Amino acid sequence: MEEIINVSGRSVPHIYPHLEIWGTPIALYLFFGGLAAGLLFFASFFYLKGKADTMPMTVKVAPIIAPIIIVLGLMLLLYDLHHILYFWQLFLNFRIESPMSWGAWTLSVIMIPAILWPLSYLDDIIEYLKENKPNCRMIGLFSWANDLMKKLPVVPWVLDVFIKNRAIVAYVTIFLSIVLGVYTGILLSAFNARPLWNTAILGPLFLTSGVSTAAALLMWMSNNPKERTLYSKIDLMLIAIELFFIIHMFMGMLSSGVAQVEAAQLLLGGPYTVVFWVFIVGLGLVLPAILEIMELRGFHIPIAIPAFLILMGGLLFRFIMVYAGQASGFGIH
Amino acid sequence: MAMDTRKCVGCSDCVVACQTENNVPLGFCRDWIVESVKGTYPDTVQMHFKSERCMHCENTPCVRTCPTGASHVIEGGIVKVTPNECIGCGACIESCPYDARYVHPEGYVDKCTFCDHRIAQGMNTACVDVCPTSCLIFGDLDDPKSPVSKVLQEKDWYVIAPEAGTQPQLYFLK
Repeated sequence: MEEIINVSGRSVPHIYPHLEIWGTPIALYLFFGGLAAGLLFFASFFYLKGKADTMPMTVKVAPIIAPIIIVLGLMLLLYDLHHILYFWQLFLNFRIESPMSWGAWTLSVIMIPAILWPLSYLDDIIEYLKENKPNCRMIGLFSWANDLMKKLPVVPWVLDVFIKNRAIVAYVTIFLSIVLGVYTGILLSAFNARPLWNTAILGPLFLTSGVSTAAALLMWMSNNPKERTLYSKIDLMLIAIELFFIIHMFMGMLSSGVAQVEAAQLLLGGPYTVVFWVFIVGLGLVLPAILEIMELRGFHIPIAIPAFLILMGGLLFRFIMVYAGQASGFGIH
Repeated sequence: MAMDTRKCVGCSDCVVACQTENNVPLGFCRDWIVESVKGTYPDTVQMHFKSERCMHCENTPCVRTCPTGASHVIEGGIVKVTPNECIGCGACIESCPYDARYVHPEGYVDKCTFCDHRIAQGMNTACVDVCPTSCLIFGDLDDPKSPVSKVLQEKDWYVIAPEAGTQPQLYFLK
């Protein structure tokens, strides 16, 4: 066999020998984005199903996490910008071809329902906390915020309009949350130059993974056995879909061009194999699925274990995709 | 631009000329030398050099993925970045199959401009002018009479990673 050895005279930091422009902040941002999308999706979906009173955790309480982690994600995104003082350029332009552009816009638009949704349920959140966690320190803060809100001008009126039109808002939020969940994957898959990312299945895969982490979190936070069983079932279904997508991702890549075959090898024998198959697929998908099946069959398993495993699996999955993707390329070095 | 891999001796003059001409910050470069060794010792070992830089592709993923429009193509096909529109998100760096872009220490993304400030005055790029073996040939590919068009008609050439589909415009003569 004839081999070619290339030696590059370039030594630019973060570019050569390994591209490392994106790292931890982007991986965390994708995780928070997916989680927020899932939480908002479940809240709107079960509200429209008329479950607001039987599933208070999903519809009323948990959505308060969404705006917090979206803001956290946006802060991480801004932190990752190298020319941060020019970030406003992002909001002076809308470029449909650039996922980064419409993603930033989606994130900003979804902030409106994400903030108003929990605010409009603040009374119920306080009541829920008083009933279930009377020692929670947040009760004081929430009550203070609630009183303040009612004294402010305009805010009560906005919330009133919001509450009256909640059904419409819920439909819009479902749509936006799906866009947000898909965007976390499309952001990566738009890059032709990184063969590991350059697969259309990454959008649905990240959406499923994000919704499944949200289901795990809701299952963990809920104290209602019916709600927990429901999320166990939802999570099982989502894990099955995720495994199906992962298999399809590899099938597509292995039957594609040489660059994508080499990219798939990073996870099939390459440096990321163990983390991917043991920690993400094994501990993050298969083990929680087994635990949930056992739980549904009547074994007693602390709900925190599968929930934690799914959340960690989702987080690791994003880290691996961000780093392994940047290790893949067209072999030009 | 065309680059004659049989003439290049890998002296890196093009790299230094570019760094000087364009005030490229210390530790960074807009063009670079790649040394390729091919064959089996002792019979058929070959070595050749390439002077690489931004390929100024016709199909530009770096312009497509830019969220602000800072990354753009100017008349004539040169791909450029406007520093005060660039937010430094790194999308264009991720989208370049040739890794031709880098983050300038001031925060914006920087790359080869084909010395458009020199071209505008009718000069050649700094790397072309400095090359001691004249292995770099610059010109207008749309003009069939330009030196670069002629050399591409006469000689055998290849481009790097054509499968990336970006239609690179830096041609390597065999």
